[in-house]
Amino acid sequence: MIQFDNVSKRYPGGHEGLAGTSFRLDSGEMAFLTGHSGAGKSTLLKLIGLLERATRGQVWVNERNLNRLKDRDIPYHRREVGMIFQDHRLLADRTVFDNIALPLVASGVGHQEISRKVRAALDKVGLLKKEKLYPLMLSGGEQQRVGIARAVVTRPPVILADEPTGNLDPELSREIMELFMQFNDVGVTLLIATHDVDLINTLDKRILTLRQGRMANDTGVAA
Amino acid sequence: MTGRRSGRGPAFARNRNPMTWLLRHAQVMLASLGRLSRSPLGTTMTAAVLGIAIALPAGLYTLVNHVQALSGAWDGSVSISLFLRPDIRDDEAERLAQRLHTLPGVGELRLITPAQALDEFRRLSGFGEALDILDENPLPAVLLVNPTPAYSSPDKAEQLLLELRARPEVELAQLDLQWVRRLHAITLAIERAVWVLAALLSLAVLLIVGNTIRLEIQNRRPEIEITKLVGATNAFIRRPFLYDGLWYGLLGGLIAWLLVSISLWLLQGPIAQLSGLYDSVYRLEGPSFTSLLAMLGGGGLLGLTGAWIAVGRHLSEIEPS
Ligand SMILES: Nc1ncnc2c1ncn2[C@@H]1O[C@H](COP(=O)(O)OP(=O)(O)OP(=O)(O)O)[C@@H](O)[C@H]1O
Ligand SMILES: [Mg+2]
Repeated sequence: MIQFDNVSKRYPGGHEGLAGTSFRLDSGEMAFLTGHSGAGKSTLLKLIGLLERATRGQVWVNERNLNRLKDRDIPYHRREVGMIFQDHRLLADRTVFDNIALPLVASGVGHQEISRKVRAALDKVGLLKKEKLYPLMLSGGEQQRVGIARAVVTRPPVILADEPTGNLDPELSREIMELFMQFNDVGVTLLIATHDVDLINTLDKRILTLRQGRMANDTGVAA
Repeated sequence: MTGRRSGRGPAFARNRNPMTWLLRHAQVMLASLGRLSRSPLGTTMTAAVLGIAIALPAGLYTLVNHVQALSGAWDGSVSISLFLRPDIRDDEAERLAQRLHTLPGVGELRLITPAQALDEFRRLSGFGEALDILDENPLPAVLLVNPTPAYSSPDKAEQLLLELRARPEVELAQLDLQWVRRLHAITLAIERAVWVLAALLSLAVLLIVGNTIRLEIQNRRPEIEITKLVGATNAFIRRPFLYDGLWYGLLGGLIAWLLVSISLWLLQGPIAQLSGLYDSVYRLEGPSFTSLLAMLGGGGLLGLTGAWIAVGRHLSEIEPS
């Protein structure tokens, strides 16, 4: 679950990232986050992953108040929040397998379990045959799926995606979104920032719209 | 929902199994070695610089130790000459010698009677016939006393000298200490200099390792950011860099030991000649296993410390965005 209570984020230098945003996303819910460029979508996601801290208001994730979370607990928090980025953020000098294994290695999972979990994640995103390749040998859509596999490999209860389909053609974008919906089907909470209003209007999910750092519209829980 | 209100929520699961922890350390240690061996040129050059920096004080220290041992060997040849009063008869001198022999500090002891002394003088001086015109042997009996090793240092030998000089049978007691004193003073000064040098070069090792690790951290910045992003702790991120530093230090120590060993081997000949000149059986000893351990230990510790400083300064600056 994710909850924002009147959250503001002011960046050093005075830029307003968010200006008093409130909303709640229950466990197992999926929503799209949209809004003009500079509306604060990335800022909102960063606050959830603790890449930034709120300057005002309260952020709650998985029953925890992030304002009170100590810095040394941030890694453990991030293990419960899978993050996906438009630019994938893969390590070019490591194979697909090793990229996906990274969160498991970082959290001290044993060898055999790593193999099993990485293969399961690869299977889910349909890249089982590409585990030995390097990211730059893959297409943009495949790279994005590696990024998704890395985010889900630890089975986090919450997944965030910041414009995951930004560089993909409509067909690939739809495939990716359908993949996210499959995760949601098994109970994962998802929040996906995107500009692709046409696509998400066809998907029958909740849509949150930001404008100038405020929640301008919320379609509410989908029927 | 009190948990939600208090904000603490469910506790995070932390891995506290010591076996897993050890296993992970072993893995990181080997991975670090593997990474270093994949760029052999850069690694060797860094380690060589460290090796030279460690070898300089270590080599000098070894030399000073050897010189001290050498001067110890010379101390053994220090002897006190006791010239006895002319009226002391040979049997009295003999009894005196026996009594002195039981004194603490007195090692070997040799009596040269006036007759023996004259004989020797005659033989060595070439005055043979000329000495025959003397009615009476003018030479006194002499007792040559070698202090035990425990009494061979300048201070102790002097103390023994004073004790022997106080004997009524002794007319004159002599001990030539000047050169022993000088040697001691010089080795002491060099020893001091070695410590200063060691301190400075240790600092150099810290800086070199620190800078190498700093560059490595910069090169791997994207990797560090992404690893933090997926939930790596600071300890996890820090570990490979600390092991890098440790390996650099150990390699530097090994190279230093090799350099010192080679230098000692090269000095073997001249030193043997030198100690031969001084009637000493002293031989330069080869590099020992202990010195290898000391250099590996010192190098490893310095490398680890240098890495620790670099990691502490630069790793916290890197946060994902
Ligand atoms: N690191 C930063 N330092 C200063 N200002 C920032 C920083 N990051 C974002 N901002 C500002 O905060 C506001 C919101 O930015 P944010 O990146 O959240 O927008 P966005 O909705 O993700 O936009 P886009 O659709 O273009 O990605 C913008 O005005 C931006 O300039
Ligand atoms: Mg953005």
